[in-house]
Amino acid sequence: MSSEIPEDGLVLVVRKDCPTCQLIAPVATDLEARGALAAVYSQDNPGFPEGLRVRDDCHLEVSFRLAITIVPTLIRFEDGVETARAIGWSRQEWCNVATLDDLGPGLPDERPGCGSLSEEPGWAEELLARHGETGLSAETLTVEFPDDPFEIMDVRGWSDGLPVVPPTPARVLAMLRECTLAPDHVLGSIPPAGAELTVEKAAINAVMAGCLPAYFPVVLAALDAALDPDFAWQGLLSTTMGAGVAVIVNGPVCRRVGLNSGFNVLGHGTRANATIARALVLIAMNVGGARPGGVDRSTLGHPGKHGLCFAEDESDPAWQTLAVSRGIGEERSAVTVFGFCGTSIMNDETARTAEDLVASHARSLEAMCQMRSSRRGGGVLLVIAGEFWRIFRDSGWDRTQIEAALHDATAGPAGETPMFGPGDLLVTRAGSHAGLFSTIIQGWGSGPTGSQPITREVEP
Amino acid sequence: MTTILLDPTATRARPARQRVSGHRSLEGLTVGLLDIRKRQGDVVLDHLERLLGERGIRTGRYAKPTFTKPAPSSVIDQVTAECDAVVEGLAD
Repeated sequence: MSSEIPEDGLVLVVRKDCPTCQLIAPVATDLEARGALAAVYSQDNPGFPEGLRVRDDCHLEVSFRLAITIVPTLIRFEDGVETARAIGWSRQEWCNVATLDDLGPGLPDERPGCGSLSEEPGWAEELLARHGETGLSAETLTVEFPDDPFEIMDVRGWSDGLPVVPPTPARVLAMLRECTLAPDHVLGSIPPAGAELTVEKAAINAVMAGCLPAYFPVVLAALDAALDPDFAWQGLLSTTMGAGVAVIVNGPVCRRVGLNSGFNVLGHGTRANATIARALVLIAMNVGGARPGGVDRSTLGHPGKHGLCFAEDESDPAWQTLAVSRGIGEERSAVTVFGFCGTSIMNDETARTAEDLVASHARSLEAMCQMRSSRRGGGVLLVIAGEFWRIFRDSGWDRTQIEAALHDATAGPAGETPMFGPGDLLVTRAGSHAGLFSTIIQGWGSGPTGSQPITREVEP
Repeated sequence: MTTILLDPTATRARPARQRVSGHRSLEGLTVGLLDIRKRQGDVVLDHLERLLGERGIRTGRYAKPTFTKPAPSSVIDQVTAECDAVVEGLAD
């Protein structure tokens, strides 16, 4: 216990902008007059309550040390030990704590207090970082003005080329609050270096990527999926072909964290979309050592290597979602990771039927296949936007029919290896509802000898 | 103004392993030729096998199931047990 906090007597913590604190100001004055009040701390204005010697706790250290959750709080100390506490205003409880009768005549018997500023988001983690036991074990780097943390991080090679958010202890603690795992829990070995990834390191990199704490469960689910050996993350990170990780998210978590499934869904403009997969990129670089020109041998790479994340459009109940098609229960949140080598827009303004669309998509997929050195297409994630879906739906088609028709239309002559093996063709819906487009997200390598899409449920 | 940053990099990397010393000569040794299943890797390894054979050097052929994933420990163990040196075809 800090020596500045009295060891005997009553300690009161208030804030001026709390109506209940205003209400009990005369009681504080009464306690002072009776010589019972050892100290009053104010969280926001030491000029309140007027007429009392109020100690300034605007930095909230005392509030943190006393674990104040509500103001006003009245605490009795005896020989440095807390022996009683009243939260908010209750005449009976205050009288018990103060061991006095007749406090606050004329006041209502009870009145709830207000939340302590020390519990507010941002403050709570900052105070824990400054004064508490954080449980963090990462090495720290102290940057003093005029050095710029953004430049320091870039110089140290912690960035993917874009600025990263400084991973301060408070920000990392806020991220860690969003999961139940201990900071030192090991999530797995990150390729290519095979270094262990702890929850704490994942949180640090998620902060740097720009993730809000609410995104962290999605990041953890995506990591769990990417670490599945069938995803072949090591191959994706080191291939000359230049592969990235696409994260497709389903379920209520999309609405909760504001993931975009509409306009410019595969482009910029939405924080959750822009940062969740980026966290995996930074983890692969900073923990796995996947640095371009080092173990990342990408000959060209592609813009999606910065990380691609989007929500599936679940607005039409006629559409079976990607997650449900892969065994996840209805109304559950899940991620699917897909290794990819770029995207191509596909446009057809003449198609009027589902069959028309299958024919034009097959031509595009064939062309994409020609860009590879093998007949096997390497897997595809096809993103169908609104107007194409309307044509399929009006033709009475569902996901199963679309996938089967595209498989057959690209299979080639009998005896040839079909472009898509089992599970090589994923279809999803995203994008705005206007526009005759889909996007072909080109896989890297498919099947048991390549990278297989992996789906994992997001822990609530 | 002071900013404290937490290090995002791995601090629990695999321990460094000592390299084995190289061979001055291949005479009397067995050289493993490991195909990682990259296209045309076998062309190089076939050529190498022939050249080594002409010099009377024993060779053994091994293969990973796929280049996309690390070699299974069974392959690594077999190469380690049967060979004194190994040549791995890495690229297309």
